[in-house]
Amino acid sequence: MLSAIEIEQITHELQQVPVKKAACIEALKIVQQQRRWISDESVADIASILEMSTAEVDSIATFYNLIFRQPVGRHVILLCDSISCYVMGYTEIKQQLMELLQIKYGQTTADERFTLLPNACLGTCDHAPALMIDNDLYRDLKPGELSQILDQYL
Amino acid sequence: MERPLTQHIPASGVALHLKEYEAVGGYAALRKVLQELTPAEVTAKVKDANLKGRGGAGFSTGMKWSFVPANVTGPRYLVANADEMEPGTFKDRWLLEGNPHQLLEGMIISAYAIQATQAFVFMRWAYKDAARIMTRAIADAYAAGYLGKNILGKNYSLEMQLHTGVGRYMCGEETALLNSLEGKRAVPRAKPPFPQVSGLFGKPTIVNNVETLSYIPHIMNNGGDWFKSLSYTADGGTKIYGVSGKVNKPGAWELPMGVTMRELLEEHAGGMKAGFRFRGALPGGASTDFLTDAHLDVKMDFAGVAAAGSRLGTGTMVVLDDQTCPVGFVHNLEHFFAQESCGFCTPCREGLPWTEKILYALEQGHGTYADLEQLEMHTKLLGPGNTFCALAPGAMEPLQSALKYFREDFEQHIKEKKCPYAHH
Amino acid sequence: MPIINIDNKTYEVKEGKNLLEACLSLGLNLPYFCWHPALGAVGACRQCAVKVFKDEDDKKGRIIMSCMEPVKDQQRVSIEDSDAKKFREQVIGWLMTNHPHDCAVCDEGGACHLQDMTVMTGHSYRDYHFTKRTYNNQYLGPFLNHEMNRCIQCYRCVRFYKDFAGGKDLDVFAAHNHVYFGRQQEGVLESEFSGNLAEVCPTGVFTDKTLKQHYTRKWDLTSAASVCQGCGLGCNIIAGERYGALRQITNRFNSAVNGYFLCDRGRYGYEFVNSPQRIKTPMVYHGPSELSNGIPVLQHIHRRMKPGKTIGIGSPRASLESNAVLKELVGEENFYLGVSAGDHDLVSLALKVLQQGPVRAASLQEAAAADVVLILGEDLTNTAPMLALSVRQAVRRIPVEEVINTVHVPAWQDAAIREAVQENKGPLYILNVQQTKLDELAKGAWHTAPDNIARIGFGVSHLLSDKMPEVTGMSEQGKAIAAEIAEALKHAKNPLIIAGYGSGSEAVIKSAANVAWALHDLGIDAMLAFTVPECNSMGLEMLGGHRLESAVDRALNNEADTVIILENDLYRRLNQHRAEHFFDKVQDVILLDHLYNPTAEKATIILPAGTFAESDGTLVNNEGRAQRFFQVFSSNTAVQESWRWLLQIAAANGHATLSSLKHLDEVVSHIAVTCPVFHGIDTLTPGAGFRIAGQKVPREPHRYSGRTAMQANIQVSEPKPPEDPDTALSFTMEGYRGEPPSSMIPFFWAPGWNSVQSVNKFQTETGGPLHDGDGGKRLIEPHPNGQTPFYTEVPEPYLPLTEHLLLVPLYHIYGSEELSVHTPGIAERIPAPYIMLHGEDAKRLQVANGHRLHFMDNGHHYTLPVIINNTLQQGAAGIPVGLPGVQIAEAPQLIKV
Repeated sequence: MLSAIEIEQITHELQQVPVKKAACIEALKIVQQQRRWISDESVADIASILEMSTAEVDSIATFYNLIFRQPVGRHVILLCDSISCYVMGYTEIKQQLMELLQIKYGQTTADERFTLLPNACLGTCDHAPALMIDNDLYRDLKPGELSQILDQYL
Repeated sequence: MERPLTQHIPASGVALHLKEYEAVGGYAALRKVLQELTPAEVTAKVKDANLKGRGGAGFSTGMKWSFVPANVTGPRYLVANADEMEPGTFKDRWLLEGNPHQLLEGMIISAYAIQATQAFVFMRWAYKDAARIMTRAIADAYAAGYLGKNILGKNYSLEMQLHTGVGRYMCGEETALLNSLEGKRAVPRAKPPFPQVSGLFGKPTIVNNVETLSYIPHIMNNGGDWFKSLSYTADGGTKIYGVSGKVNKPGAWELPMGVTMRELLEEHAGGMKAGFRFRGALPGGASTDFLTDAHLDVKMDFAGVAAAGSRLGTGTMVVLDDQTCPVGFVHNLEHFFAQESCGFCTPCREGLPWTEKILYALEQGHGTYADLEQLEMHTKLLGPGNTFCALAPGAMEPLQSALKYFREDFEQHIKEKKCPYAHH
Repeated sequence: MPIINIDNKTYEVKEGKNLLEACLSLGLNLPYFCWHPALGAVGACRQCAVKVFKDEDDKKGRIIMSCMEPVKDQQRVSIEDSDAKKFREQVIGWLMTNHPHDCAVCDEGGACHLQDMTVMTGHSYRDYHFTKRTYNNQYLGPFLNHEMNRCIQCYRCVRFYKDFAGGKDLDVFAAHNHVYFGRQQEGVLESEFSGNLAEVCPTGVFTDKTLKQHYTRKWDLTSAASVCQGCGLGCNIIAGERYGALRQITNRFNSAVNGYFLCDRGRYGYEFVNSPQRIKTPMVYHGPSELSNGIPVLQHIHRRMKPGKTIGIGSPRASLESNAVLKELVGEENFYLGVSAGDHDLVSLALKVLQQGPVRAASLQEAAAADVVLILGEDLTNTAPMLALSVRQAVRRIPVEEVINTVHVPAWQDAAIREAVQENKGPLYILNVQQTKLDELAKGAWHTAPDNIARIGFGVSHLLSDKMPEVTGMSEQGKAIAAEIAEALKHAKNPLIIAGYGSGSEAVIKSAANVAWALHDLGIDAMLAFTVPECNSMGLEMLGGHRLESAVDRALNNEADTVIILENDLYRRLNQHRAEHFFDKVQDVILLDHLYNPTAEKATIILPAGTFAESDGTLVNNEGRAQRFFQVFSSNTAVQESWRWLLQIAAANGHATLSSLKHLDEVVSHIAVTCPVFHGIDTLTPGAGFRIAGQKVPREPHRYSGRTAMQANIQVSEPKPPEDPDTALSFTMEGYRGEPPSSMIPFFWAPGWNSVQSVNKFQTETGGPLHDGDGGKRLIEPHPNGQTPFYTEVPEPYLPLTEHLLLVPLYHIYGSEELSVHTPGIAERIPAPYIMLHGEDAKRLQVANGHRLHFMDNGHHYTLPVIINNTLQQGAAGIPVGLPGVQIAEAPQLIKV
């Protein structure tokens, strides 16, 4: 079931669009904001409020990189794996992160603290390598500083 | 040297607030346009300046606008493409974070030119600061009467919305962007009909890049001749250039259109880092052909880079140094493109993962000469027109040029059955 | 007409087409996947690449996708260009990177478009040597098998299922080379048209699960042109048999009727033919067993048929031939139509309106071309499913005509057109007793009782023409609805008014007639479509006969000793107690039928009647189109056509006219001569003497295999194949290899085209009529210059009564038809018996969902579980019609709870 706040926000989005379906991505974002990921139940809830079928909603949800259709940890680490970061030492950062967290891409730490995902170019190539944790961007990364960064997220 | 786009952005990068923007002449162009110019005159001025799109394709902006049919009733849309996701590209971020009102003013004038009723900023998800700044800027612009009903008391109204994406490179392609804005899967659309005729929700729509739109107020203020005079070459204006990779001072700079690669690299980017040698660069983002040290004197404008066998693209350069494996470099790119293929047309959906797998095999020392032929085949057959949109042809540009310029590296992988750069 | 140059030859092509259509229409081989003549072009697969050249001097040219390129006069095109060929070959190479190459175990069994196109492009060497991605498959219900690994991502499935047929539960998921076509979660596909996926899919992702359960390769089937028996629309089908069992139904293209598609009842309802309930041998009860075979049984029947005391009961699900022969055998005065009183009234009224009125009946394809559609009292998806699909196409098509002028792209540019159209739909208005699936498309959909529907219909007709009766005492809402509909119809060019048996109301049919006639009076080219319940309801009505009720009366008056019942279960036609009385009274019940049923329990003599698959015959569909169906296989049992049994009985009796008739052609000619209304049915197909190059048309493809071995477990020497004295078809692979006349095409095949896509090769142009016209002949044409009659009796408004409920019929695509329910897949989809109530009535009666409601009808007691549906007319009670276990008499009528 959608929460009151989700319904309120989705209803607000519905006023901005000429057809209900057009609010689908916004609705997915709203629910993900609240719940960190989109469950099958959320797909059905969104479908119902937007008068779409669950298949139609999931068709959209599964298309986009940043709509998570599986549970994620409390914090999502998006490590830029694109070209400038690759040149500037992405591989070492990746290895370091995986060692620190003891997980691979697509996995969540046992304490559900972090999910690690690769991400296409973060658009900060002059400060490569870079990663984002939740809404925070970290640039000019050095392998040695990773554990200190991670420590800020509980 | 004039830097109209970035002159007012403080070195700290902190965004210009509305008052600050107005203090340096902001929204004067809009005021003038609404008072003095008809929509057709605005378009004519942009056409006259011969402003070319800064998103990568380089199509004439005024021309694009002129394709919007005059006699169609109902809503029309203007969209700022701020879905900057081309690997190696970070120029629009600077404008979005540093001077949001410049973009908004440009959008309002452009919207007026095509008589749009609604405008959108389609911003990529990762630009969290920019999104926050833009949200505030839109609210301020509404409050100041630059947006909403009867702008500045005139008979023109425009609504403005910020839409943040959920991650797909395809959204940078204007028709896929429109699908995404409609809440759908970001797959590209067939052209014709062009968005100018049937765009967002099937209505006339113009999609322009952030840098392009940010230029509009300046062209309104200063005119086409001024715009042309800024440049070193026939393509007018300044351009935001960027450099990333193993250089001393990676960054972005607004420079006259047509600076040479050498000037960019050596003067602005401070040359290669100690111990690294320049081997080549993608001049305009991930989907452009390599240029090498033989091209350092190429003028970085649309025609100049094209003549050298590449594209100006976004004007942000990614440098390949002598200690980075070109095969690994290209593998990284093809991995990106394969992942970001929307899955609609066959050659892109199936061809890109194939090239990615070959490049990976080469990197692992499992490659063969037949694999090189397969790569060549893909660079030829994933060409424009063969695929539904420009993603796969773009993906083939760095690959085909790498095969041309760094062939010995590819062959070395095969001969040595390993990556010669593997110790890095 | 544009002249184009293809590989240095000039051709005249049709304006407005795309290059792919033009090439295929010219008979040229150009591979394709995502384009489909009914779905248009989207340019996804990139398989149909050709080169175009600016002019004669342009030697380089450029590759374009022929499906996305409109034909232009003086265009220069090359299919054979080496770059284009190389690219097309590589497209297959790409598609094959992840294809499992499991052709040996694939249900497509070589009848595979992907395989054909692979061969056509010359791709024969696989040089992709990396791992393939694999998918999990989904359970999709009893009709379709899902094997996603075979998918080549042409997007045809979603475009058909979602865009064309309005399905909600199939879509494309994920992106890049992980795109997945299926349901959000596995489960039964909901669309009534899902089976078409098996033909739309160019490879083996969606395949016919019923075929899989008794699998055979498609070219090992013995097939014949047939006509669907599932409802009254007469969709054209191809039925295929092997080892004495019917194994598959596929679409038989007919550009005037069903086009490329079938509904799932039609496609999957065939397995009753293989049912263990089949009657295979003659049976004589209460007599010596030696009577049960050959001549003795006929003589026995002869002895039981006393002059003046023998009556015949025809059947709306039996062929025209069988009904006509029975009528003649027992005599006109002794022939009764084996249909319920309600169906009789409705169909005879519909026939009268079409025969005597000035407005023509719409074919399915004409219906799809209507510009305003009004549906009165029909839930088409359940009463005439393919007509619902036609209405959907009409509604989708109308706004397209508006946008092509603003966006300047042709209508076949499917994605672009849909983008420009957005959610706009053509004007469709629906009045029904409860919601229907088409409501979502309607500009207006209202739910009210049949009499109120008729009143609004009459109201519309009065608004259109003063000559029509005025409706007095109409509610404000009723007036507003009538005004809205009348306004839309007034501006139409070719509006379609649909009514029929679904409402169970004559008044509704009359009001539909009035609306259509009023439009005709205004000079508008209106069309009517009346649904009829069974595959030959219209043919039977045209043949004519007495009411079934009078047969019962006759028996009760001791005026009928022997009754010959043709392919009928009277318990579905009569109130159960009337039926019991009837059977108690008659001494001999001679039943000719396929399956054991309650009537068979009462029979004294049973003759095994051939189903459509074992028979030749003619059916007349709801628009009055007579169509021939051909025998698929010869059962090695005593099963034969009812008309043949009846002719044999006639011969044993020494019947004056029938004794001389033996074969189909003779019977058909006899009917055409003796019944003027069936004039011309002897020309539906070439006769038995027809030969091409001295040869018959083979029912088996030349690749048919196992012929000498398939009986080896019984006898090593190959048995003599059965003869077919009735038609120009042979039961073997021997015969003419080329294209047969359209009306008797037993299978679609052309060199290099082994899948159903080969239908292109049989059409005058892609999507157009078959080469020598589509089969069938319309027997009913309107009287355009006749005086417009109209109906004047407007019913009183329906108002809910406190003591009673108005019983209304509700039909189900799976369950309401008699024979298809004997198919396991269909049986799985049948709803449980129920009675539907409005929430307010349920409250009043103090029942909730699932509670059992007890009510009385004609003194008989019924108990059914309640389903609450607030779209149902208040005061009404919906009863599922024809469901196994639901025996109910006439609806609509009032019942006491």
